[in-house]
Amino acid sequence: MLKDITLGQYFPVESVLHRMDPRFKIIEIMLFIVILFAGDSFWILALGTVFVLLAQCLSNIPMKMIWKSIKPILPILALTALLNLLFIDDGDVLFQWKILKITQGGITTSLFMMIRIVLLIIGSSLLTYTTSPILLTDAIESLMSPLKKIKFPVHEMAMMMSIALRFIPTLLEETDKIMSAQKARGATLDNGKLIDRVKALIPIMIPLFVSAFRRAEELATAMECRCYRGGEGRTRLRRLKAQARDYIGFVVCMLFLAASVTINILVK
Amino acid sequence: MKSLSILETEDLTYTYSAGTPFEKTAVDHVNLSIEKNAMIGVIGHTGSGKSTLMQHFNGLLRPTSGKVLLDGQDIWADKKRLRDVRFRVGLVFQYPEYQLFEETVYKDISFGPKNMGLSDAQIKERVLETAEMIGLSEELLKRSPFALSGGQKRRAAIAGVMAMRPEILILDEPCAGLDPKGRDKLLRRICEYQKKTQSTVLLVSHSMEDVAEYTQKLLVMNKSKLFCYDDTAAVFRRTEELSAMGLRIPQIAGVMHTLRQKGYALPEDIYTVEQARDAILTLLRKGGAAAC
Repeated sequence: MLKDITLGQYFPVESVLHRMDPRFKIIEIMLFIVILFAGDSFWILALGTVFVLLAQCLSNIPMKMIWKSIKPILPILALTALLNLLFIDDGDVLFQWKILKITQGGITTSLFMMIRIVLLIIGSSLLTYTTSPILLTDAIESLMSPLKKIKFPVHEMAMMMSIALRFIPTLLEETDKIMSAQKARGATLDNGKLIDRVKALIPIMIPLFVSAFRRAEELATAMECRCYRGGEGRTRLRRLKAQARDYIGFVVCMLFLAASVTINILVK
Repeated sequence: MKSLSILETEDLTYTYSAGTPFEKTAVDHVNLSIEKNAMIGVIGHTGSGKSTLMQHFNGLLRPTSGKVLLDGQDIWADKKRLRDVRFRVGLVFQYPEYQLFEETVYKDISFGPKNMGLSDAQIKERVLETAEMIGLSEELLKRSPFALSGGQKRRAAIAGVMAMRPEILILDEPCAGLDPKGRDKLLRRICEYQKKTQSTVLLVSHSMEDVAEYTQKLLVMNKSKLFCYDDTAAVFRRTEELSAMGLRIPQIAGVMHTLRQKGYALPEDIYTVEQARDAILTLLRKGGAAAC
């Protein structure tokens, strides 16, 4: 059950989007977010949808996986929609009951917000589906490298990120195992009052922390045994190198940005 | 014989990640009947489905199809009773010391009995009795489990399950990572526990020597299927089949086999060093000078 968390889960298939330079993908997704949030007309959303569909076609990621990434945020989505629906007082009143009223403006805004969030989630999960976490941190390190000039520890940050990412599945597996072991001793994890539930977490959390610290120590020793001394003079197995498809992708994204600017000007 | 069995499985099948490309059947139509008061070894190649099968016995995993019957009753018939099943079928995972969490060893061992709803007096009795059986001094009970040595931690964790006095105790490789002396001691203690409580103990192990010495029956898993469930001696007679699945007979049984092939009149079914020693000595005495 714990394995169902898709956050940052790489989906290994062959596609153009998978092969693209992760640095470009990160910049492009940022442009996409700017496009989504800089405009407030439905035309922008249409443009965003085209962008997402295009990316999905190039990514070879099945629709099922896309749906899986949206599913966890459905409650948040519903809540945002509800709040917008109830509290935006704009335009014709369509329905009124005591102090609650639903207006034309409320409906439009909540619809707009919902679509915007869904597009945002699909866009960013396409990035994580098509880029392995290691590549992603490599790209972040490379994009942030100018910050080294002001003594910002870019390499150390990236190393910490990749170690954290590397251990997520390990710790999840470990949690599963500890939960099973405590269940075998009669621990109840999923019923009772809130206070009981919190107490029931102790037999899980303590062994988990202990093993996390143990692993951290072992890893540190192992790294020292192999003479790890930070990023200085370190070469890479995978060098990031931009290719024709990356530049084409970038140009396409710039076209989208131009289109969104045009739309924003025209709508005003 | 049927009346003596306590745990049965009917066409037990379990498939991991059903309906995805990672689908894998880990337990395939297993039919078993495990009797009361027995010491049973569970052997099989890595990935043969031993651990998955064991997790069905106490209801941690739900069969994809088929049934697990405890005293003739389907353990999944009533989900509320599942917790009782876990008290009756105790499962000790591999490297159980990683599940210790309490402030003192005493408290950790009493976690299971406490969950059973026993009174403080009963809990105390059980903890002390179990600690004695597994070889933890009263002095150690007061210490933090994290301050113990590796072997002591292992024993404390096993005691935590034993203290529930399950009718069936399953140990998944209890000796992994222990030194030879620690292994022997631990296994002997588990054996004593079994005799004292008259319960059924299932011992998952990769060491043929261990199962040969301590168990009466063997459950052999091969490629998700039950290969056989039979007396230890009968299983070790199937030398060729065992080695075909990547298992082997105990080394001493191999030596005896070779000696027999060379024409020495040694009896069959010898698979521990002690038996072998006695058999060879008898043969030498009988043959006298001629044999030497």
